[in-house]
Formats: sequence, structure tokens, C-alpha cells
Amino acid sequence: MADELEVKVNGQTWPVSASPDTPLLYVLTNELQLYGPRFGCGLAQCGSCSVLADGVEIRSCVTPVEAVKDKAITTLEGLAAWYAAQRNLSPAPALHPLQQAFIDEQALHCGYCYNGMTVKGAELLANNPKPSEADIRRTMNGHLCRCGTYPRVVKAIQLAARTMAGATP
Amino acid sequence: MSRTMSGTGAIDATFSRRDLLKGGGAMIIGFSFAGAATAPVLAARGDIAGPPDPNAIDTWIALHADNTATLYFGKCELGQGNTTGLLQIAGEELDLDMSQLAAVRLDTNVTPNQGATSSSSSIERGGPQVRAAAAEARLALLQRASQRLGVQIGSLVVTKGVISIDGDPSRAVSFGELLGDKPFNVTFTGTAPRKQASEYKLVGTRVPRVDIPAKVAGTYTHMQHVRVDNMLHGRVVRPRGQRAYGSGARIESLDESSIADIAGAKVVRRGDFVGVVAEREWDAVQAAQRLDITWQDGPPLPDLATLPELLRATKSTDTVVVDVGDLDAGFAQAAHVAAASYFSPYQAHAAFGPNCALADVGPDSAVVLSSTQDIYASRAMLAKLLGMPAERVRVLYYEGSGTFGHSCYEDAPQAAAIMSQATGRPVRVQFMRWDELGWDNYGPAQVAEVRAAIDATGRIVAYSYDGWQHGWHINETSTELAMATPPAERPEGTFSIVVNRISTGSMYRIANRRVVSHAIPMLGLLKGSPLRSPLDMALSFASEQTIDELAHAAKLDPLEFRRKNMGDTRWLGVLEAAAKAASWQPRPAASQLADAEVVAGRGIAVGTHHVSYGAAVAEIEVNKRTGDIVAKHLYGALDCGLAVNPALVENQIVGMMVQATSRMLKEEVTFDQKGVTSTDWVSYPVLRFAEHPDCTAVVVQRINEPSSGAGEEVMGAAGAAIANAFFDATGVRLRRYPLTPQRVRAALAQAAANSN
Repeated sequence: MADELEVKVNGQTWPVSASPDTPLLYVLTNELQLYGPRFGCGLAQCGSCSVLADGVEIRSCVTPVEAVKDKAITTLEGLAAWYAAQRNLSPAPALHPLQQAFIDEQALHCGYCYNGMTVKGAELLANNPKPSEADIRRTMNGHLCRCGTYPRVVKAIQLAARTMAGATP
Repeated sequence: MSRTMSGTGAIDATFSRRDLLKGGGAMIIGFSFAGAATAPVLAARGDIAGPPDPNAIDTWIALHADNTATLYFGKCELGQGNTTGLLQIAGEELDLDMSQLAAVRLDTNVTPNQGATSSSSSIERGGPQVRAAAAEARLALLQRASQRLGVQIGSLVVTKGVISIDGDPSRAVSFGELLGDKPFNVTFTGTAPRKQASEYKLVGTRVPRVDIPAKVAGTYTHMQHVRVDNMLHGRVVRPRGQRAYGSGARIESLDESSIADIAGAKVVRRGDFVGVVAEREWDAVQAAQRLDITWQDGPPLPDLATLPELLRATKSTDTVVVDVGDLDAGFAQAAHVAAASYFSPYQAHAAFGPNCALADVGPDSAVVLSSTQDIYASRAMLAKLLGMPAERVRVLYYEGSGTFGHSCYEDAPQAAAIMSQATGRPVRVQFMRWDELGWDNYGPAQVAEVRAAIDATGRIVAYSYDGWQHGWHINETSTELAMATPPAERPEGTFSIVVNRISTGSMYRIANRRVVSHAIPMLGLLKGSPLRSPLDMALSFASEQTIDELAHAAKLDPLEFRRKNMGDTRWLGVLEAAAKAASWQPRPAASQLADAEVVAGRGIAVGTHHVSYGAAVAEIEVNKRTGDIVAKHLYGALDCGLAVNPALVENQIVGMMVQATSRMLKEEVTFDQKGVTSTDWVSYPVLRFAEHPDCTAVVVQRINEPSSGAGEEVMGAAGAAIANAFFDATGVRLRRYPLTPQRVRAALAQAAANSN
């Protein structure tokens, strides 16, 4: 039954009232009222709905909620804590270093795609602490931005990499 | 009795709680309590339909006891940072710093009517209004302080909202003490002095954007985030991709029982408008897709491949935009003539997040939340649709994703309003990807014929530009479907599309010049509307390639040729600034052609959008085998007069260069006879992350010139620079964009065939 379904999001377990085939995105936005993941295409083409499932970026708009019931979901809201847990930082910083880098670089315009840019960028930095520009371009290629802020996303990821190198205990 | 516009009341009830809970940031101040902490007169703010009196200081500024100020602007934050820029202007004249300033969201019951947030007008036209209001407020405060402190105004100085006697800082009074949370009750005197540019401390500086921290943290409320109590989720149901304009979408059959198995899903039909609502969003999505509906066939759209010929052959209404000198006499002096026709495609706004809106329509009033770029115009349209006086409709602006012109941001709220009126409940409508791309109001296609000549000394002696395009829509799709309004488009002119006299050769000294705009009917084509830098990419693509051809014929470096034919110091300023940033080395175009498979080229171009001055250099690589063009590095320079915040302008220049690259290399609305076929990111590709050029932005700061637009004016130059770089790399001209691999291969093959 639908009412037995639960999801683990940002370290907390939540009951899900939606049907099991409901895309995770609609559970996160309507039931949990999160602001991070957001609708962009519903086709896994743009990356605005990205979240981490056990640390791996997925597109929540095409992922049935049932498919992630055994996974730990991390959204934009939980990225700083997720990062802190990986690095044994206590207390957790208010923002993931990439979020701070986006502020420092004044990267975004409308900011709508920055959920995906942040989630994917954080995954990249977790897997590759010193990404080259080519690494960044390749890894981020599934994330679209209409405002044309790609150049500053590259800069911010590089800045965050330097910050994180300095922050490693 | 309060006259609060509340629809069914759900939006008010939910929002007062939610925004109070969220607290903090200026950008999410809710309307229900906008005046709650203030004195009675200001408490009324929000209860009465606007627009408020633009000549009352209270319309623009509220001062608080803690010596902070709230500003009421009529220009929307679209991610371009205009809120930050306008706060800088207000802070400068008021002598407050950024930490003391906040703005509220746009709301037809709260904020002044500054017109549409379009044409990059926020700072250019909105700025002077804000400056005037702030100056009036400062004067009113100085008058009060003068009485309080017993000295002449001339003896007073202001720092961070504290007025003191010059030379005696111990005798001081703050704005908050003088007026805190009480109204000014003062109308504009028209005599308030403005600061001189040389006195600026805040204007002209690189203040960080006020909207960025919340956007990065994920606490910023985009329109798509808004949920209210008792709300239904709605979706529109339309054919996938619009048909030939004027034929609408007529229902042939509709079987409501086809969604009977989706709990709570209901069809809303008004005329040919069809939507579905459901308690749960996923149910609404599924219902819209599963609803058994068929549409009547309409008249066919023309063949996309031969659209240029069709546009050129259509009977047009012609406007002579420029006619100076004697064109025939000019061409009689010609040593070389460059003449060609060019085609620019329909392109989509392609908002990254499709439009979303929420409407709460009661029996005699309505509240509508949307990402409209003109709340008052939106209100008028909604009133007509709902059959209510405009004063009974309240529209609030919530930022969506960047749309760069008139996307579906009026269509979505109208759809929500129709569904809310039918159901008696608040309805949130989220357009799907195919709704937004398929039913956009596209930037119209254009055919251009350009002819220009140089004399034997390399001087441009004649120039003519003829452009054929249709205009912009008037009624939104939801209105057209629901009310069966007849096809309508804006006539050419100030408020519609016209070949722009500035981008068509005005930057050069040309004694004989003629520019003609040929308006053709939109009927039977696609729905059109302003798309960022309307027509300018087309104009610069055609005009600046023509100029480049003349430079090539004169055997001159393209920069040197432009420099030689320019007189205006501001055009020369941006041209030189872009060239310098790119370390431009003089040589004629296509003078270093190589046999390699991948060849490099560089191009330069200028252009604008009515005002301001833009120039760009592009460095590209062309793979002659695959036809792929890679934009490696773009350099853009913009002179927008006084740049209130150069960092914001730089960010706009970078965004323009990336978006122009996308539009020049990739974007084209496609259609077959039945309708538009480019309805997702596969069929309407935009520039991807790995494809973006490095970007260098240069702001040519002119503090003593009036500020002018900074959000569109490098688009044309950037696109044309890419086209010119292609010629430099290959010796071949491309006259139809986007410059897709297929077109590149075909052009290179044709050139090779011609040379054999």
C-alpha cells in the first residue's frame, strides 16, 4: 500500500502518501515542500530536478519514488550536511563550499538551474577533488542553463575545489 | 471595511503564514502583512487596487524606525540584478547603504506602475524615476531635520541615514527618528537636487547582488515553488506544438470518461480551452496526457525549407525607416558592391523552467501569482478574461526562470485563472516542457536583403537593408482558445517589431543609406513576440557580414575597415575595447586559410538594441569534415552610459555571449504542416555546458552619460562575430542561421564545387 512507503531525505525518514509510481520530484516538492529540486522538463533532459541518491546524482523527475525507498536522498537543502559528514566537519557549515563559491563568483542570474548545478557540482567535487576544466565541462554537460552562466559555474567549481582542499582536516 | 482582494481567500491565508514563517529576505516579503508593522496609513498598503500615485513619495519609499528603508519598484527581478541596481540608485540619493535597503515584490495593490520590465529599461527608464523619488525623500527629510536642528539645509550632511550639522556631528538626527514608520505625505516638488556623478559613492560600484544568497541556499521563492492551502494542480491540454497562427486548436472530440480512473481528476473546458485539474500533481500530469481528445485539422504551415522564399514573396506593408542621401548616386560611385540575402529563424524563449502560475478566483475578485513582466498589463488581460473590473484582480510577481522576453508568462496565469474560476478553488498551473516550447510566442523569423558598396578608397558609399518579418501577438493563447478572439497582431511601430535603424549601418559614416521594414501578416505562420534583443541578431548577422565582405573586398583588416568608416566615439570605444581584450592582430579576413580538417578563425562585429553600444570578437574552430563549429572564446564590450553596477553589466555581457552563441549555432523552431515539432531539449537544442565559449566582458564606463540598456545589446554583435569568424576560417559565407553542422558541410561542399 502507498501509505507504507517511506523515503529518507536529508537524513530524515518521511512517510509518502503518493502512489509508488509518482516521480520522486513531486513527492519532494509537494509533500516535503522542498525548494531545491524543481521541475524543468520531466524528461531527464535538463537537470533542474537533480538530487543525490546514495551520493549519486539522479533525475528525480523520472525516478519513481518507490525506486529510491532504500536509498539515502540528499537534496540541495542537505548538501552542506552531506559534505560535512564526508569530511567529518562539525558543526556542518551553513553552505556547501560550492554554494559559497557561487556567491563569491556572482555566478547565477535567475538561479533556476542552480539546484542541478550545485548538486552535480558537489558530486563531481566529491569524486574528483581537483577537476580540470575538461573534467568540469564533461561532467556538467547534462545540465542546461538558459541565462548563459556556464563560464562562471566552471570558475566556481574550481574555486570550491581550492576551498575544499584547504578545508580537509 | 477592508477591500482586500482575496479571491477565495486561500492565497491570503496561506501566504501570511508561510512568509511570516520564512521571515527575513526582502525578496520574499509577503503581501498580506506588508503594512502590518507600520503606522495606519501605510498599513493600508496592499488593501487598495493600484497603481499608487507616482508623484507621492510614499508610493516609492517607506522609512522605518530602525533607520532602514523599504523601496517599492515597478520593475521585476529577472536574475539580471535590476533590484540591486535600483537599490544602489535609491541608496545613493538617500545616503543609505545597501544594508539599510530592501525591496518588496511587485504587486498591483502595492507597487507603482513603471511599465513592463522589457527593453532593458529597468535602469535606463526606471532608474531616473527611482532617483527622483529618493531625491524628493531626501529633501523632505532634510527639511524636517532643518527645523529640528534649527539650521539651514545647506549646513546639513547625511551619512547612512543620519543627518548632522556639517562640522558638528554631535548634533544629529536619523531618518528613523524623523519619520520612522510614518508616511511622508509629500508629493514631488520637482525641485529636489540630484547628486552629480562625481559625488557618487554607491552608484558605479560592484555591489554584490541581493538576490543571490537566497537563490544559492535554496530558500528563494521562484514561482514554481509556490503552494497554497486547498489548491488544485492544473495542466493545459493542447496539441503538442502550436498550429498555423489563426487556426487555434479546435476540439473535434473529447471523452472525459477517459480519465475517470484517475482519482479526482476533472476536465475544465471553456470554448476550445482545455485543462485538467487534480488534487495531486502527478495525477494532473497523467490526466493531461491520457485525456482522449482529438483536434480538428487546421490549415497547413508552410514548408520550413522554403520559408525564406515565402516570407520574401508575401505582400507586405512597408515602412521606410531610414532614407538619407541618394542611394543610386552612392552605388554609382561603387568600386565594389556586396549584396546578399540572409535568413534568421524562428527562435524560442525556451525558459529553462516552464512557466507556472497560481490563481485564486472568487465570485467577484481574484488573486493571481505569476512571472509576468508587466503586472498591470497582466491584470487588465485577466480582468477581461474573468469578466471582472481590473480593480478586483490582484496580480503579484514571482520570479520564474529566465525567459528573455514574452514567453508563456501570461498564458500560464490565464490558464490558471480559467481553471480556478471554473472550480472555485485555487489552481496552480505548471506548463510542461512541450507546452512552453510548443506554444511559445516565438521570436519571428526574418528575411533580409542587404546591399552595400565601397568606393576605390575603401569608404562605404551606399547601404540598403530590407527586412521582411511579421509582428507580435496581442492575445494570449488561453484567451484565444477560451474566448475565440479573432487573430490579431500588433501593428508595426513603437510597441511592435520593426527593423531597427541603429543596428542597420548607423554606426558607420554612410552618406547614402536606406532601411525598409516590410511587415507581413502573422496569420498562417507562428505566433510572434519579443525575444531578447528582438530582431537584432538577424540585423547584425546580415549587416555586419555585409560590412565584413566590404572589408574583404577592400583588402583591409576588418577592424581597420570599421575604424576607418566610423565617426562616433562611442561606437569606436566599444570596437576598440573588444579588439583590445582579444589582442586583435591586424590582417584581412580569410588570409590564413588552411587545409587542415580543423581550422581556426576570428571575427569582429558591432550591434545594439536601440540604445547602448555593443561590440564583440569571436574566436572559433571549424571542423570541415563534421561541420561542427566550436566557439572557443568570445570578447564582448558594452557602453551603456553610466553603468550603475559594472559587475552586473559584466554578468549580462557573459550571459549574452553564451546565449548568442546558442542562438547562432543551435536554435531553430521547427515545424511540419501540422504544427511545431521542436518541443523538448532534443528537438530544440540549446548550447550545452561542454560547448560554451570562454567569455571576456568589458564594460566601457561613461559616468557622465545617462544609463542605457545593458541586457540585450551585445547579442547581435556576438552572433555576427561568430559568422564573420566562420568566413575567416573557411573563406565561405553562411547566410542562414543557426550554423548547424549540416549547413556548414553543405556550404563548404557548394564552395568547393563552385571553385572547381
